[in-house]
Amino acid sequence: MAHAHNHGHDFHHEHGSELSEMQLRTRAIETILLEKGYIEQAAIDELIETYEKKIGPRNGAQVVAKAWVDPKFRKWLLEDGTAAIGSLGFGGRSGNHLVALENTPLLHNMVVCTLCSCYPWAVLGLPPLWYKSAPYRSRAVADPRGVLKDFGIELPKDTEIRVWDSTAELRYMVVPMRPAGTEGWSEEKLADLVTRDSMIGTGFPKSPKDLK
Amino acid sequence: MNGAADMGGMHGFGPVVPEKNEPVFHEEWEGHSFALNIVTGVANLWNIDAFRFKRESLPPPEYLNLSYYGLWTRTLELMMLEYGIATPEELKAGHAIAPFKQAPRAVTAADCDNMVRCARPFSRPAPGPALFKVGDKVRAKNMHPKHHTRLPRYTRGHVGEIARIVGCHVFPDSNASNLGEDPHWLYTVRFDGHELWGADSDPKVRVCIEAWEPYLEKP
Amino acid sequence: MNGGHDIGGMDGFGPVQPEPNEPVFHSQWEKRAFALTLAAGVAGGWNIDMSRFARENRPPNEYLTMSYYQIWFAALEAMLKERALVSDDEIAAGQTLKAPKPVSCILKADDVARVLYHGDPTERETKTKPAFKAGDRVRAKMMNPVTHTRLPRYVRGHLGTIDRVIGCHVFPDSNAAGAGENPQWLYTVRFDGGELWGADADPSVTVSVDAWEPYLLPA
Repeated sequence: MAHAHNHGHDFHHEHGSELSEMQLRTRAIETILLEKGYIEQAAIDELIETYEKKIGPRNGAQVVAKAWVDPKFRKWLLEDGTAAIGSLGFGGRSGNHLVALENTPLLHNMVVCTLCSCYPWAVLGLPPLWYKSAPYRSRAVADPRGVLKDFGIELPKDTEIRVWDSTAELRYMVVPMRPAGTEGWSEEKLADLVTRDSMIGTGFPKSPKDLK
Repeated sequence: MNGAADMGGMHGFGPVVPEKNEPVFHEEWEGHSFALNIVTGVANLWNIDAFRFKRESLPPPEYLNLSYYGLWTRTLELMMLEYGIATPEELKAGHAIAPFKQAPRAVTAADCDNMVRCARPFSRPAPGPALFKVGDKVRAKNMHPKHHTRLPRYTRGHVGEIARIVGCHVFPDSNASNLGEDPHWLYTVRFDGHELWGADSDPKVRVCIEAWEPYLEKP
Repeated sequence: MNGGHDIGGMDGFGPVQPEPNEPVFHSQWEKRAFALTLAAGVAGGWNIDMSRFARENRPPNEYLTMSYYQIWFAALEAMLKERALVSDDEIAAGQTLKAPKPVSCILKADDVARVLYHGDPTERETKTKPAFKAGDRVRAKMMNPVTHTRLPRYVRGHLGTIDRVIGCHVFPDSNAAGAGENPQWLYTVRFDGGELWGADADPSVTVSVDAWEPYLLPA
């Protein structure tokens, strides 16, 4: 049924004649499940709406911003991530075994799922394609410094890079270091600095000048 | 199983290529593929470990060449066939073919909303005391089961340290083959990069995984 | 490199499917791909280790989808282009577009029988002594070069026994990288199936590989 194409770096996208094939096959599954009474259409629509529009990295940014301003919350977050994010209304699917990882000047954390695409949906939404693709999955655990170069990042040689391979149902989010020049900022303004990639470990938060 | 999904440490896939302003779904059908996978879980048609096992069982050329959501659709097809939810003729025709049994209950939007917000955790009551404690050195077993496992090949045989006792969790190796949840103690194990990749590798890399007790032994 | 070719121990490929009365070549183009590779090798001046690396050195999803001679041909194109013997324009046009780069040697029809008979012996003289002898216990190194190597991933880190001291042979890891023949002592190393595949493996199985000295450590 599925046939292989030489897509080069683009192999993870469907396009051309394959697009209608996957569309039809997906629709076939949906139609059968609807007709046999396993699912309601509204359930499908609700799920798509939820993850397209409602749950995303903004959740995680709020968590990080709060950890930056509130030392008690930060401590709680690092000790019991699930409970701490739960206090902000986040949790549930891919978020009920949440562990927060603290970046320091000597330790940089990176999160991957080499075996599939496990990702902390509750705080980051659905993962980007690069996270789920072979280059990241294969290289993050063996050559994280090389992967960071693909993101334009170079860390000092004596910084430990700790890579977390999500092999069970624990889901990880990185708490990046707070950017300089943000003293006295509100949580909401700080949250604007927190990028999704900084919470995966393949980026840094924006700096104040990036927001101007 | 040692399938194509177990790709930690492989070379040749090229650079990581992030896409600017990437949409959540690149095509409408992808959103549907995603949602269908979730609802079939809410409907309890099969468990998530069985789904992962089916996906990683795809022949490596197929696994490596399907798009991400193409994998999900393909796996959904195979699961529906295996669990008797659909026949090959129905999948080909694109609709149910009478006569068929009606499902006892349809998953609603409210069911999904509820699951998204308060999904059931994977932790379970402990069957007994944990074998290892934080700081213990452990060796990831050199195991090559044909069934589903979550011990990546790149760790097998290597010595690491218990960084954390997570708790008792559903054991995927059993659950994926519908042999029961069989909960076991789950640990975070930390490995030095040199141990995994050799003396020439970056000395400042460490890799952590979660590993269930049956994956581990005293070194 | 840990490429798509290093598949010892992988699952999911399905049963071995021998073809009754299989022809030597399945199509005309395969014959030409085969012959071109050998003939062009003389003109191109590359060695067999470079050829092998050129075959391995592609995204694993492509490697695993291409047919045997498709891989040979892709590697041939890559090596010809690397050495500026043929350009992308010429390949697209299907004809020579500029003056050929001079080479020191080409394969003439009259030479073929002699060249094939002579073969490509890899044994070299040496004044060094082998580090190991038959019966010694050795450990295959934990190494993960991104360049060519002939130590398969499935033996790395495992304990085996020297079965035989073969001799001093061209070292592929150096030769493929254009760093010279750098001949090293070569051994047959035998591993128990249980050592490689775990406690549940067939106890009657052993696997031998031929491994150069730089791949091995005393046990």
